[in-house]
Amino acid sequence: MTLADGLLPAWAHGAITILGLAAVTALSRGFFLWSKRDLRLPDALQRALQVAPLAAIVAVLAPEIFMTHGALIGTWRDARLPAALAATAFYAWRPGVLGPLLAGLAVYMPLHVGLGW
Amino acid sequence: MHLRDLPRDRHFRHGASDMLAFGPGLAAWGLVTGVAMTQSGLGVGLSILMSLTVYAGSAQLASLPLLAGGAPMWVIWASAFCVNLRFVIFSSQWRVHLGHLPRRRRLVLGYLLADLNLVVFQKAWPDRDAHQTGQARYAAGGAVAVWTVWQVSSLAGILLSSLVPLSWGLGFAGTLSMLGIAYSLLNDRAAWVAAIVSAAAAVAAFALPLKLNILVAIAAAVAASLVMARAAQVAERSA
Repeated sequence: MTLADGLLPAWAHGAITILGLAAVTALSRGFFLWSKRDLRLPDALQRALQVAPLAAIVAVLAPEIFMTHGALIGTWRDARLPAALAATAFYAWRPGVLGPLLAGLAVYMPLHVGLGW
Repeated sequence: MHLRDLPRDRHFRHGASDMLAFGPGLAAWGLVTGVAMTQSGLGVGLSILMSLTVYAGSAQLASLPLLAGGAPMWVIWASAFCVNLRFVIFSSQWRVHLGHLPRRRRLVLGYLLADLNLVVFQKAWPDRDAHQTGQARYAAGGAVAVWTVWQVSSLAGILLSSLVPLSWGLGFAGTLSMLGIAYSLLNDRAAWVAAIVSAAAAVAAFALPLKLNILVAIAAAVAASLVMARAAQVAERSA
């Protein structure tokens, strides 16, 4: 806060900001856990909200895989597409987490670190 | 049940071991986040404080440039809350499964439950409408596992930041490890529709600040799922 600028040393200012951020984490993650009364959203909405975690993961993944500098990837010389394909193929063969990760990295690392894709 | 007895509990152990499958990907992300904190100029002490207390990777990454630029505290807090809005939605899901716990305990547990926790939880307990015995202990096991892997790797990133080659694209390892869990959740048509709608919305709304594209994508997927459920009802009635 501008008021605190002159009054607090920089580390204290940083620490207060960070502890405030910790409170933001607690507030957002506990938002519907605070109330003592049993909160029930309408059943239809509650059920529809069940797709929220999947949607959130996909929403993080899609830009990471398909976009670069805020636009869709325009070149095939990007290591991420073949790596995601390899991970997908591995998953189709043997579902799991570690296998697809390693298959993807086996494609990604040589292309990215070796060829600079 | 006493907290002391948790480590021996079957559900707790199950929750922890299910989560450890994601260990490598999670560790890659933690490492990258740790490096990013120190390299933003935050300093080792404050980076450690941030890792241990804020414990929300995306909000941490979003606040770093604001902290470095000397933005007012309330701006930093407000933007972190926007980045964390998905947790508000998730907490309504957790309420179903943790609502029976004493308030203090459910708030502490809730604070520790990250994205991955809910996704893995939903996978293990497919009936999402009701509470079942063991769910809170399962969630606690997952929370402890994620916390440990994340903090160890993040602290390693903070302390070894000059040695970690970011140009290798380590962050992409985290992305690849999430692909597996996303695929494993695609077990019916509603999930496929939600995923496709969400991916399209997240890409289309990418230009929004504060990662609000993720919130737009969630809203679009939830709306699509509401519409599909209603359409299925109508079809059933007319059949």
